[in-house]
Amino acid sequence: MRHTLSILVENKSGVLSRVAGLFSGRGFNIESLSVAETIDPMVSHMTIVTRGNDQILEQITKQLNKLINIIKVVDFINGDFVDREIALVKVSVNDSNRSELLSIIDIFRGKVVDISLDSYVIEITGDEDKIKAIITLLKPMGIKEVTRTGTVAMSRGSKTKN
Amino acid sequence: MRLKGAQILLETLVREKTEVVFGYPGGAVIDIYHELPNYPSLKHVLVRHEQGAVHAADGYARASGKVGVCLVTSGPGATNTVTGIATACMDSIPLVVFTGQVPTMLIGNDSFQEADIVGITRPCTKHNYLVKDVEELAQTVKEAFYIAETGRPGPVLVDLPKDVMNAFCEYRYPSVVKLRSYNPTIKGHTGQIKRIMAEILKAEKPVLYAGGGVISSNGSKELISLARKLSIPVTTTLMGLGAFPEDDDDLSLGMLGMHGAYRANMAATNCDLLIAVGARFDDRVTGKIDEFAALAKIIHIDIDPTSISKNVQVDIPIVGDVKATLKHMLEVFEKEDRKEDWGEVRKDWLQQINEWKNTYPLEYVQKDVIKPQFIVEKFSEATKGEAIITTEVGQNQMWTAQYFKFIKPRTFLTSGGLGTMGYGLPAAIGAQIAFPGRVVIDIAGDGSIQMNIQELATAVQYKLPIKIAILNNGYLGMVRQWQELFYQKRYSNTVMDIVPDFVKLAEAYGILGLRATEPKEVVSVIEKALSTPGPVIMDFVVEPEEGVYPMVPAGAPINKMLLV
Repeated sequence: MRHTLSILVENKSGVLSRVAGLFSGRGFNIESLSVAETIDPMVSHMTIVTRGNDQILEQITKQLNKLINIIKVVDFINGDFVDREIALVKVSVNDSNRSELLSIIDIFRGKVVDISLDSYVIEITGDEDKIKAIITLLKPMGIKEVTRTGTVAMSRGSKTKN
Repeated sequence: MRLKGAQILLETLVREKTEVVFGYPGGAVIDIYHELPNYPSLKHVLVRHEQGAVHAADGYARASGKVGVCLVTSGPGATNTVTGIATACMDSIPLVVFTGQVPTMLIGNDSFQEADIVGITRPCTKHNYLVKDVEELAQTVKEAFYIAETGRPGPVLVDLPKDVMNAFCEYRYPSVVKLRSYNPTIKGHTGQIKRIMAEILKAEKPVLYAGGGVISSNGSKELISLARKLSIPVTTTLMGLGAFPEDDDDLSLGMLGMHGAYRANMAATNCDLLIAVGARFDDRVTGKIDEFAALAKIIHIDIDPTSISKNVQVDIPIVGDVKATLKHMLEVFEKEDRKEDWGEVRKDWLQQINEWKNTYPLEYVQKDVIKPQFIVEKFSEATKGEAIITTEVGQNQMWTAQYFKFIKPRTFLTSGGLGTMGYGLPAAIGAQIAFPGRVVIDIAGDGSIQMNIQELATAVQYKLPIKIAILNNGYLGMVRQWQELFYQKRYSNTVMDIVPDFVKLAEAYGILGLRATEPKEVVSVIEKALSTPGPVIMDFVVEPEEGVYPMVPAGAPINKMLLV
């Protein structure tokens, strides 16, 4: 089962390596990982998407908590969180597909952020399903390159991790 | 007070009550070594190889319960510590290892004697640090000690760039440590403790399964009183030997697992309640995991939440310090005791165990050739449980675990988790430094003694009267035994017929060397060695193809033992 882990860590050098090393060393899998500073510059926030049964997730959560630099780990298992990802997609464009392409972008509420004679760079934000969906639609037009940020997540409502 | 980095380091070590530093100098730590003579309360033990320094600090820590401290240089000095650190990490031993590092502006340049030791040791330390600023030095050292010795203990490495050791700053000893992200749970959950006691009181066939956590938390006394008050038999892991006195014939089952005693493995298999105390369900203990204690409810007391439900699903977990939790359990028991005669309640179960014990006791037959088990038994008799015993790894280790009667905690030092050959001699050095007046014996094999034999010079230099007993069978015996049983006796590269003449080797180091080739010489060699004031090497020429039994083949359930 897929899990989205939201992790607060001390913003110190080597922390990312400790987390990544824990996953590889114990045979756990990282599907995506994103990390950046929080409002407190001493603390960073990581979002890790991983897969495993309950026992594996219990181990992952405990092992993460055991790392000295990790402040808090939350496993978003229920629907009470929002998650988003940004993808930049470079697509081939020509006179025959331009209007269809623009309408797809419109439907997905994407943006064209760079234009050249024969290509667009499209920015699209959404959860993983939405990103997958637009990529499926754009594929026949000729995707040259895709870059994705990986998921970031946050709980709904006024609850915070701190 | 304005001090230099090197002085801040040593000053802080003194304040952390460090008495001994095991180390080896080099370019990156020369500034620290230059200051060292100004701190006479810090005894420095100069080893002959950095791996020896870490094992010695580890032996010191296991024997004394204090934090072991090492100091080595950058690059190869640092990488040589890795096996020692991994050994300590697997067995949860508190160490602080200081490594020199090239100056900060050279880090990452492939400088002379540079190694990314923080990167290398990240997965085999409890935590590690690179100190980039002298202002952070004192706090970091304080934190390193705190992390090493609290919670589930473990090794912490602190990497010290040369320029930081030469930089000055105002020194203030940090009196407290506050880590927002590190807070080990000491006190077990009261509700869970009550549930546990209720289970124990209604169990018919309970077994206590005690591991190294009992020893590291100094919880042996509490374990003994719980077991005796409730007449619960106790089996220990390799790491737990000494936690429960093996001369308690009614309740001590000895070690369980791959080379465990028949009665211990049968009791663990047939019990209806298994109480794991500071043990982690290692694969060498459980054998085939789905059949381990399959009939039992499982209670697990451990300070490390990751140990719980890692290998087996547990019915009642308690996260907490073993000693504190056992104490709490005893208090609950005192309150709720139905004043039963627990010896009577458990009579059938204890009788069943006694039958298992009589059916297949640990035994060997000795004729003209010395059996290694006999030597271990004679050491046990000669030292009456008072000695500190270290071992190497392999058959020597298992025979010692089986045939030596350990009756006190912190008297058996062995590399359990990592299984590091070459551990015993340097660990004996560390133990003897901690307890100059006690008898310290390294029970070794002819293979593994050669892995850190250079440390003999250290023992001689510091006049450490350690006794080294080599069970010399001319083989890498444990691997040979596997080849005999599971690999059609193809003794590929386990024949080690070229070894030094250990008696002459002893003489080369200026110490006494003794040899026994017949059973009747064993006791006199042991007596002579124990009555000699300095270090002694004993070369026991033993039965070459003797095996360690019982043995559970890898992957089999632990009640399916090969008995001969």
